[in-house]
Amino acid sequence: MSVSFDSVAVGTELPPAEYTVNRLTLVKYAGASGDFNTIHWNERIAVEVGLPNVIAHGMLTMAEAVRVVTDWVGDPGAVIEYGVRFTRPVVVANDDQGAVLSVSAKITELLDDRCVKIAITCKSQDQTVLGRAQAVVRLV
Amino acid sequence: MALNPEFIGRTYPAGPSYLVGREKIREFARAVGDSNPAYLDPEAARALGYADVIAPPTFAIVLSLDAANAALFDPELGLDYSRVVHGEQSFAYTRPICAGDELIVTTVIENIRSMAGNDMITTKGIITTVDGDPVATATSMLVSRGEDA
Repeated sequence: MSVSFDSVAVGTELPPAEYTVNRLTLVKYAGASGDFNTIHWNERIAVEVGLPNVIAHGMLTMAEAVRVVTDWVGDPGAVIEYGVRFTRPVVVANDDQGAVLSVSAKITELLDDRCVKIAITCKSQDQTVLGRAQAVVRLV
Repeated sequence: MALNPEFIGRTYPAGPSYLVGREKIREFARAVGDSNPAYLDPEAARALGYADVIAPPTFAIVLSLDAANAALFDPELGLDYSRVVHGEQSFAYTRPICAGDELIVTTVIENIRSMAGNDMITTKGIITTVDGDPVATATSMLVSRGEDA
């Protein structure tokens, strides 16, 4: 599966998706990434430093958000730039549901070399959690 | 405590190399729930033209943040890690990271500034093969929240 540069335009929307992040996800991500910052798994420490509860690793949110792009383009190696601002923490309650990330994306610019710029929107509880989330992808 | 601005521009040479493992990539992909075959199945990755499974776009953080710790934990910098949150992150890729790569990371402190009682430090991790071929750069901005912020 691949996406042709000739098949897209500014404004083309990518299929949106939702991703669930619960406490188990945080434990798995901590282990896989090596980021054992206590605010991502220890509620007592998180509250002590002024957070409402345990929060997701920003990098986990960033990893989930780009899946809308990589699932669309097929070859994840086509992503040549990706950047975000972490504007609001994703609070992960100690329940079965956790947090749901709602991700959408659309093409904002056509670039040289069959590349496109994509703006990504990532929301949790109806609030945007990533700012200036953008990827540059090379299409075929 | 304000960060020491004399650290701007400092470069930390690469430490020991990181050998990218197929199972580590799979573990990372599964942790984020991403079943893209390019991360899990060597045959699928080869069909896309890669030598082995490739890493998800954010995997570079595993190498770059570890390398940046040499700078971030320098006591003279004055960073209270318990007050640190991740402010911004970006990656630029020459090519995806691939299982079997042996990589090194050179870290540069690009900027240190204060705003609204918070300290912000930007580090850039330059990821190359041990032979010096460019692979990716990872730029991280960390915020150390002030006591009153």
